[in-house]
Amino acid sequence: MELKSTLQIAWRSLLVNKLRSLLTMLGVIIGVASVIAMVALSQGATTGITERISSMGSNLLTITGGGGFGPVRGANPAQLTMEDVEALKSLPLVKYVAPEASLNNATAAAGNATWTANVDGTTPELMMIKSWPTEQGDFFDENDLALRAPVAVLGQTVVSNLFPGPTSPVGKIIRINGLDFNVIGVLTTKGAAGMGQDQDNVIYIPLTTAQQRLLGSTSVRTINVQATSQEALSTLKDYITTLLRQRHRLAASAEDDFRIQDMAEVLSTVEDTTRMLTFLLGGIAAVSLLVGGIGIMNIMLVSVTERTREIGVRMAIGATTGAILTQFLVEALLLSLMGGIVGVLLGWGIAELLSVFAGFNVQLAPWLVAMALGFSMAVGLFFGYYPARKAANSNPIDALRFE
Amino acid sequence: MKRTLIELNDISKTYLSTSTPVHALRSISLTIGKGEMMAIMGPSGSGKSTLMNILGCLDVPDEGQYRFAGVDVMSLDKDQLAHLRNKLIGFVFQNFNLLGRASALENVCLPMIYAGVSGKERENLGREALALVGLTGREHHYPTQLSGGQQQRVAIARALVNKPGLLLADEPTGALDTKTSAEIMALMQKLHGGNGLSVVIVTHEQEVANYCQRIVRLTDGVIISDELIPEASQIKAIK
Repeated sequence: MELKSTLQIAWRSLLVNKLRSLLTMLGVIIGVASVIAMVALSQGATTGITERISSMGSNLLTITGGGGFGPVRGANPAQLTMEDVEALKSLPLVKYVAPEASLNNATAAAGNATWTANVDGTTPELMMIKSWPTEQGDFFDENDLALRAPVAVLGQTVVSNLFPGPTSPVGKIIRINGLDFNVIGVLTTKGAAGMGQDQDNVIYIPLTTAQQRLLGSTSVRTINVQATSQEALSTLKDYITTLLRQRHRLAASAEDDFRIQDMAEVLSTVEDTTRMLTFLLGGIAAVSLLVGGIGIMNIMLVSVTERTREIGVRMAIGATTGAILTQFLVEALLLSLMGGIVGVLLGWGIAELLSVFAGFNVQLAPWLVAMALGFSMAVGLFFGYYPARKAANSNPIDALRFE
Repeated sequence: MKRTLIELNDISKTYLSTSTPVHALRSISLTIGKGEMMAIMGPSGSGKSTLMNILGCLDVPDEGQYRFAGVDVMSLDKDQLAHLRNKLIGFVFQNFNLLGRASALENVCLPMIYAGVSGKERENLGREALALVGLTGREHHYPTQLSGGQQQRVAIARALVNKPGLLLADEPTGALDTKTSAEIMALMQKLHGGNGLSVVIVTHEQEVANYCQRIVRLTDGVIISDELIPEASQIKAIK
């Protein structure tokens, strides 16, 4: 029996009960749509985070006070100091060292406009590490650091919220937590990173100014150390550990009172996490596909019973067991495949809507589409087999007599 | 003597599904020649449906021998029986049994799909078969748009489209009025014999049986009479 007539027969019998066919497909549609949408989102998020981490600078080690995982473990998390920073600069394999002391969610005002941004006290080396140039004006220099100058360099998000309109903010005054700062530069757009974090919503001020005027502390929250090369990272990490343990006078048995994060490690952690998330979502989708498959089986069984007479007639005029089996299997397959296709389109649509209206990154990989369609077909075959088998095994005499 | 199409030897069929076994057929022997037109008559429960199912290769006897066109039917498996039905037997049912969702032409073409005839050829042969039963112009009507007599004509066209050796009709006029019945019987009389087509009609109406050349009567699973109808007594629809 040729494929074209088989498909035609199957297609027509699905058209007879349009609503029923649609409802049957719905299970598969929802399953496939949810997996497509969710995996597209999680893939997009991974890419976003990866981009964000690499935009922080390459070959980067980040040192924070406090050992182990979490902010405080052990009694005395170290306060990193400017002396630590200076000592680190003298280590070999180091390209740049940039300390940071930041104030999250500070209120900045210019004229009548106010905006909440992250205020980051740092040194000019940070911009070297991040390869982040200014668009207008200049970044502050060593001089500003020495003078604890009240100057600020703005990210694009801050500019667009505090200084809308065409005039340059350079030379204007902004108030951060009630203190006046001179805007001396505007950074280029770094671009939105994944997970809704905006790297451009930042105001950079000299570290010394931040310590004295905003934080009231001489400590440093984070020290960024850029290694000369990727290969140098692990050696450099050992050097830093040794140096800081000496400087903090830690006994041999004591735990580190600081933590060194390798951004490459963070990256792989993120990737592991999202991979797990993808599997989890895939599992959920598999369950809903399973439910959809049971729906298909249910309807196919009903259909086989309803069409008992038709099966009898077909057998009487010469349909073999295989022909009947194929007919019903193709019908189930068609149902699940159409469900899969509609599901892919729907899931893709949802992902696109989320990216347009909620700003999520989405990525729809071809392998994902292929897998979703493959799975729906497998579901159709698996759950369609039993009803098809039942149809193929009916006794033509009984089937013809069936009322 | 005409050449033999069907040869039944000591055929028995017993149904064990009920508490007491039902002997539907007891040692029936019957020979049907090529081109013969025969009626099988009998009261309900006489075993005529069972005989018809066995003749049509829808069921196999428990005992005995069945040769169809020289083939030992009892040695065939399910799929081989299906092929045999497809190529050599045409079925006509009391309630037509057309597929409601298919047009007249599609119904007629159905057996050719299972015979592996190509699409183009199917259509030509299907139209030919419909013309043979006088339904030219009705190719794209659906069963619900046709009268009972027309539906039975479609069923006959479907039964004959693969050019079988046997047309097996189970109460073909049971759902039709007298006038239409006569037309259908006339059609079957016209079709039989031409290419050596044998026609076997299961009926309980003497009027219908009178169109045939031979009447076999069954009671309680046994043949009680097997008579040739003299030419003079036969109803001749066409002369």
